[in-house]
Amino acid sequence: MLGSPRYFYTFSSRVLPWLTPIALLTLAAGLVWGLAFAPADYQQGNSYRIIFIHVPASSGALMGYMALGVSGLVAVVWRMKMAEVMLKSIAPFGAALAAISLVTGALWGKPTWGTYWQWDARMTSMLILLFMYVGVIALQAVIRDPRQAARAAGLLAMVGVINVVIVKYSVEWVQTLHQGSTLKMFGESTIDPAMKYPLLLSMLGLWLLYAVNVLLRARTEVLWRERRSKWVSKRVKEGEH
Amino acid sequence: MNAARKQRLILVVSILVGLAIACGLMFYALRQNINLFFTPQQVMAGEAPLETQMRVGGLVEEGSVVRDQETLDVQFVLTDGKGRFTVHYQGILPDLFREGQGIVANGTLISRNRFEAEEVLAKHDETYMPPEVQDALEKAGHPGAKKGSEQ
Repeated sequence: MLGSPRYFYTFSSRVLPWLTPIALLTLAAGLVWGLAFAPADYQQGNSYRIIFIHVPASSGALMGYMALGVSGLVAVVWRMKMAEVMLKSIAPFGAALAAISLVTGALWGKPTWGTYWQWDARMTSMLILLFMYVGVIALQAVIRDPRQAARAAGLLAMVGVINVVIVKYSVEWVQTLHQGSTLKMFGESTIDPAMKYPLLLSMLGLWLLYAVNVLLRARTEVLWRERRSKWVSKRVKEGEH
Repeated sequence: MNAARKQRLILVVSILVGLAIACGLMFYALRQNINLFFTPQQVMAGEAPLETQMRVGGLVEEGSVVRDQETLDVQFVLTDGKGRFTVHYQGILPDLFREGQGIVANGTLISRNRFEAEEVLAKHDETYMPPEVQDALEKAGHPGAKKGSEQ
């Protein structure tokens, strides 16, 4: 059902009006709580607060890339049109988040570690993640035929998933300047609840905002690809959006 | 699944598995070079090269920091529980530098127990808590309260 561009279009029209405000409010609540009301850290004082931007951005970039890889797989193997649309819609926001992650990480690194950048495994693999995103975007831009572009970009997207695994586990497998994960899927997180909840809220808010961005981009892409179809011209004639 | 899709799926999966194995082997082979620093244990075992630009990482031993009163010279012992050696540095240390803290130093190993640092970076751990909580933990004698930075 969601595989049909037309169905996706009507479905997203219904979802966006409530998903957008929820995403913005969640993100705003998380950020205000974290930046203004959460307690300072015992070692880093207030400079740790950049975590409320750095961690949501990094996790968003990683999850976005996983979604990009899955879209790539579906686009290459099953040749589904919506997967091709997703391949194009997921990448830009993810690339922006990867860039934000690198910049906020550098700004955080200077006051705490004493350096903006070190070529350690976590930072280098995160930089490669940004390049993978840019590569997927660029590949789709240079190949004229959208279906061929999707196959090439899909393959690149899938290959890049290996790097996501490296980013995630780099801090456990080798010695890095970057510390290990604070939030743990299993077991206790090593962060005080007064800091953890605003962090989780900011993460959720940013992920939802990412979803909103993907839906908006996908809608534009669907309209463009289906511009010669009857349902699109009918919508245009009736003045609907 | 029809034959064409199945073939594409097999092709894609085998490309990915092949690449993943290749990356895994490469990562494994280069492990030593991907590590950002040598640990005191490795330095003691003679795995780290002498008189070569490199990084070492470990904990600053409690009570080992000696600051020169007139200059910016500072000297401390780097340890990981399995090895220890002296680090000498001239310059301003990062704010998070303290005894018991994890650090990474960039410089050269003069001998097996003396490292001349040109740059000292502080590592910090993945623990975040308000100062009051830290105080309470310390008062209660919690083992994790006054911990260093290494995991």
